[in-house]
Amino acid sequence: MSDFPRWKYVLVALVMLFGIIYALPNAFPPVPAVQVTANRDAPPISQAVQQKVEAALAAKKIAVTDVFVEGDHLLATFANSDVQKSGADEIKAILGDGYTVAFKLQSNVPGWLSAIGARSMPLGLDLQGGVHFLMQVDQKDAIEKQENSYADDIRSLLRQKNIRYESVTRSTVSGQGITVILRSADDRSTASDAIANEYTDLLVSSGASTGDRFVLNAAIKPEKLRELSRSAITQNLGTLRNRINALGVSEPLIQQQGDSRIVVELAGVQDPTEAKKLIGAVATLQYRPGIGQPGDARAMEAARTGNIPPDANLYYMRGDNRPVLVSKQIIVTGNQLVDASSGIDQQSGTPKVDVTLNAAGAKKMGDFTNANVGKPMAVLYVEQVYETKIVDGKEVRVPKVTETVINDATIQSPFSKQFQTTGLGSAKEASDLALLLKGGALAAPMDIVEEGVIGASLGQDNIDKGFKAVLLGLALVLLAAAVYYKLFGLVADIALFFNLVILVAVMSLIGVTLTMPGVAGIVLTLGMAIDANVLICERVREELRNGSSPHAAIRAGYEKAWSTILDANVTHLIAALALTTMGTGAIKGFGVTLMIGILTSLFTSVTLTHAFTAAIHGHRKLKTLSV
Amino acid sequence: MEIFNHDSNIHFLGMRKYTIAIAIFLMVASIALIAVKGLNYGMQFNGGVSMVVDYQQSVDIADVRAALDKGGLDHAMVQSLGGTREVSIRLQPKDDPAATDASGKFNLDRISDDVIKVLQAARPDAKLKSRDFVSAEVGAELRSDGTVAAVFVILGIMAYLWIRFERRFAIAAVFTEVHDTLVTLGILALVQREFDMTVLASVLAVIGYSINDKVVVFDRIRELFRLARKAEPEEILNRSINNTLSRTIITSLFTGITMGALYFFGGTAVHGFAITMLIGIVVGTLSSIFVASPILLWLGVSKKDLMPVTKENPELARRP
Repeated sequence: MSDFPRWKYVLVALVMLFGIIYALPNAFPPVPAVQVTANRDAPPISQAVQQKVEAALAAKKIAVTDVFVEGDHLLATFANSDVQKSGADEIKAILGDGYTVAFKLQSNVPGWLSAIGARSMPLGLDLQGGVHFLMQVDQKDAIEKQENSYADDIRSLLRQKNIRYESVTRSTVSGQGITVILRSADDRSTASDAIANEYTDLLVSSGASTGDRFVLNAAIKPEKLRELSRSAITQNLGTLRNRINALGVSEPLIQQQGDSRIVVELAGVQDPTEAKKLIGAVATLQYRPGIGQPGDARAMEAARTGNIPPDANLYYMRGDNRPVLVSKQIIVTGNQLVDASSGIDQQSGTPKVDVTLNAAGAKKMGDFTNANVGKPMAVLYVEQVYETKIVDGKEVRVPKVTETVINDATIQSPFSKQFQTTGLGSAKEASDLALLLKGGALAAPMDIVEEGVIGASLGQDNIDKGFKAVLLGLALVLLAAAVYYKLFGLVADIALFFNLVILVAVMSLIGVTLTMPGVAGIVLTLGMAIDANVLICERVREELRNGSSPHAAIRAGYEKAWSTILDANVTHLIAALALTTMGTGAIKGFGVTLMIGILTSLFTSVTLTHAFTAAIHGHRKLKTLSV
Repeated sequence: MEIFNHDSNIHFLGMRKYTIAIAIFLMVASIALIAVKGLNYGMQFNGGVSMVVDYQQSVDIADVRAALDKGGLDHAMVQSLGGTREVSIRLQPKDDPAATDASGKFNLDRISDDVIKVLQAARPDAKLKSRDFVSAEVGAELRSDGTVAAVFVILGIMAYLWIRFERRFAIAAVFTEVHDTLVTLGILALVQREFDMTVLASVLAVIGYSINDKVVVFDRIRELFRLARKAEPEEILNRSINNTLSRTIITSLFTGITMGALYFFGGTAVHGFAITMLIGIVVGTLSSIFVASPILLWLGVSKKDLMPVTKENPELARRP
């Protein structure tokens, strides 16, 4: 009698199994942990470090669950976040500056589950506590910088070509380009050709001319403008990532949102001051003549005695802290640097960094390198962090300046506009240097437009409440369905339960971050998933009333309800889709949950219940149905 | 078990003049309410600073207000967050001039420090639980994003129904959609429930829920039209509503139960969501029964519009 094909039973069984396995990791909540990584200049993580940490924690009677080395870092797990915090403080104190100590939620998922890619859902900030920032990137500034640099370039181009000009100025409105005023129509056409040839990213057009003022407009092409805006964001993202890594937060979320915003989420952090300081830092670069090699006798001597030659400064190399003497003369600053990118040197096969300077920078660099082949040149990285201090009861912003030498290389041959730094240790070192050169400074300034701190206890609170709401909502619907539709209700209950399991499994597998609105989405999905079963049950009842036999009633019930269920769910899906297009995190999370829920419920409410119904009623002769 | 008489034959369409009149009145009233009273936009839309403060022992809202007044923060809005130990405090950055620097940028740490200092002066057991700052600009954008999303939903649904059903169904659905959304917003404006991000999500979800409800009735209408030999539209529409009545109400009850659970146990973070959804469920259910079909009747739906001429194989669409 049953017309339910065998392959569908297999499919249902497989999907149920998949759901259970991939939802399972969420039953193993992660434990608070402290992660210790060695900085470049510190001895690597070893047994010795582990023993040191264990001893220190034992001495302070801080209950640690486990201390172990994993790869290049050390992990110490704790029972709760309070102990975790005191543990981290203690570890920081005992290990000193050479190590980065970060909060972490250590996964507790058994190895066999991780091996097949099963993992638990990451929790949103509202569920685990932390700080978040939303930053607006001022892309106009990046464009203005570029326009200024083009204005510089055009000026030197015109001089080079011996074209007399009255002025070359950037239009006051950013994105409007550069206005060049020339003295004759002839000059204008030669200048126009020269600029168009040299700078393919510029769109050159003649403007209105009055008397002996012949105007030429050079605007940056729209696609280049877009690229500039985009790269401003990318560069800021990169810079932020570098700076926040220094903060020692494990797995920070730094993401672009919309066209011009960056969202930063730091789980577990409770004090945003430090993070804000780093975000607001201003960094610049200076190319200066080097004196000797890093760590050579003179530099060591200067570092030891404090006797620094009058024309030099003593700095330290980033990373290994070797002292180095650098001349006070500045050749080029970071403002004159247009681009820096890393790659592999074709000749030597070693990693390199390509640097491009603007016209003004190129000229100075050319003059300097011509006279100084074979001598060292250092790149100084200056970072300014503003700290707020109270002086005489008033708040004063005090800049704190850190200066380090990020690179010191010998000039092989004269160069000007474009040059490369080769002989870098690794590809990573090259890309780090490129990022520092380019991104040491933010491409464009940023403003914090949204900021939030969620207490860790509030997070735990939300988890408890959300969990309770999901379970209670589920239990009540299960009960109501079983009472109202008896056996068919019980089958629908199984489906609903598996809907929750499969929904969680899919969310975990995709890695959807679970937030409180997401929990609301899960509860709503559960409430609405039962709708398909209500439709089916009502149909089956109707068919029975119309005199169909039980088996025919089941068949007709599923068949006729299907088209309704499909239409209802597709329209609902459209609504959920619109929710996911909303840029904002909270609503998006809700929409994604709802969307996955609609899809999983289509399967569980129809195919899964059909399989169960068919299996229960199978080939038996039936007089009535329990519906 | 059955709550509803399966033979029910209430003449819903007989009341159509009244029900439509009520629906139009409700819509106009909602528009007026939204225009006059306005939605009580939360901080995520208007910008500002929001803090949640937790007390060890229960605290009186009036005391918290008094403490803030004394500290010079008299523009702050204080609300209880369910229970007696948690309060939400909201203010605009300009309420604490000391925290704004010359360039107009302000310091959230400073504001929250100020607030907590003031509160602890009165009650040392006050503890800051969370704090948020949103700029007005982000909020304005959110509002327009929300509107765009709502329009997108309504148009998308209209297009789908136009293709799957027929033009009149699409129009009737969209009219009731707009009705449901407006009335839900109107009620929110009437009770001045705070309109925050989760409420916005909920309003958009209401659109999805309520269309779900209408489609079920529409589907039955289509089916009955196709089956009936002699189809009197009013009779068919009425029978469709009656046939699906039990399902309409049972589903609303079930969804209502889960939202009730969310409201009572989910904590303050999802209060707005659950209550909005509950309002939307009631409004959507009523409009499925009383509003959608009369419009369809007026638009002049008939049997010949619904015969499956465009569908080559109706079996395909029906296969589960």
